[in-house]
Amino acid sequence: MGGNLLINYGEAVAAILFGIGFGNLLLQSNLIKKIIGLNIMDSAIYLFLAEKGYIAGRIAPIAIDNSPHVEDYINPIPSGLVLTGIVVSVSVTALMLSLTIRLYKRYHTLDLDEISQVLKREG
Amino acid sequence: MSRKKTEREYKRSFAYHFFRWLNGNEDPLMGQVEMKPQKPYQETPEEIRRKIRERNALFLRFYGVVKSREVRNFERVYKIASVIFCSILIALLLLTVSYLPPVGSVERPINNEVAQRYIEKGLEETGAVNIVSGMILDYRAFDTLGESHVLFTATVTVLILLRLDKKKDSKNSSPMERTEIDDQVYEPQNDAILQGAAFILVPIIIIFGIYVILNGHLGPGGGFSGGAIIGAGLILYLNAFGFQKTERFFTEKTYKWISFSALSFYCVAKSYSFYTGANHLESIIPKGAPGAILSSGLILPLNIAVGLVVASTMYAFFVMFRKGGF
Repeated sequence: MGGNLLINYGEAVAAILFGIGFGNLLLQSNLIKKIIGLNIMDSAIYLFLAEKGYIAGRIAPIAIDNSPHVEDYINPIPSGLVLTGIVVSVSVTALMLSLTIRLYKRYHTLDLDEISQVLKREG
Repeated sequence: MSRKKTEREYKRSFAYHFFRWLNGNEDPLMGQVEMKPQKPYQETPEEIRRKIRERNALFLRFYGVVKSREVRNFERVYKIASVIFCSILIALLLLTVSYLPPVGSVERPINNEVAQRYIEKGLEETGAVNIVSGMILDYRAFDTLGESHVLFTATVTVLILLRLDKKKDSKNSSPMERTEIDDQVYEPQNDAILQGAAFILVPIIIIFGIYVILNGHLGPGGGFSGGAIIGAGLILYLNAFGFQKTERFFTEKTYKWISFSALSFYCVAKSYSFYTGANHLESIIPKGAPGAILSSGLILPLNIAVGLVVASTMYAFFVMFRKGGF
């Protein structure tokens, strides 16, 4: 085991959040709670990316003079990637919620086990 | 003139028995049927538990979700296995994190020449003071175009999935659909507190969103965050004043035209800049002085286009989840 676990506490929190979200996805049978679990996993990824871009003692990548030096600013690339992640997460969440509404209209329940049993009975 | 009956005669008559039965003073079977004195109704805890069990069993039978012993055992094993799996996953990820280079140090492999190039040449090449804005709307503009299209595609898919069947009238529809239609008709309106708050807040929120969009190349902000703020302001307005007010300026047609023109403007503008860039031609779009509001070439118009798409998409999501289609 490497020695950087306590220094990388932000990334450790991201890893734990990811595991919690995945557990939520596996354990809950309610579809809305599954979607919440997926969103927790998304948040873990954002936290991980933000921690990746951080450099101690440097400021946000907004140029303060006309010839910016790389020694003054944090890494801008993870910020752009977090933006992409947020947009995709919003779209996927909306899509999943609308599919859930369709399932609820058809089966009158949000429980995935009940839906699968009804499906099995109907053949 | 009617004859007055004596009491003995009256007690033998039909009317006497009929009115006594009607008023509940007498029952013709009373003397012939054996009746037990009734105890006051009291439930013991065992009885309550038995009734709950019977009710649950009835529900299970009615909905056809009887779980056999194998299913129950499988579920138990599944739950334990998933907890173990997630614990192993967390442990592996933590082990990996412990080997990663420390957060905040410069010597991490992510701080390579790409970030250096973006920071040192970004202001000069794109004209944007906000280096992230310059990065996502100039160097990586193709990626941002894809994001906008992901949003648009998601809206279209949600519209397809949630569209109400307009042909069905209220008589032939199921109770659930009728409830949904009633929800739209009888939704609470004219909430004084909400309307008062929205009257003050909505203009401020929308102006702040416009500021964030227009300031995207100069400071923190940009099309996505500003569009989300404007969308939130529109949703607040809708909640306070109802669909009749918002449908005057925002309908399905408005959404279609805003998305179409913003996305196609984005495509055309970036095609031009990619074409000139790839063929080493001189672009006619001026860069402007860094820090001015009209600077940084295409980034400001692209931010506005992205902001329009995001704002209308946020609003459209809300309307579709609330009403099932525009």
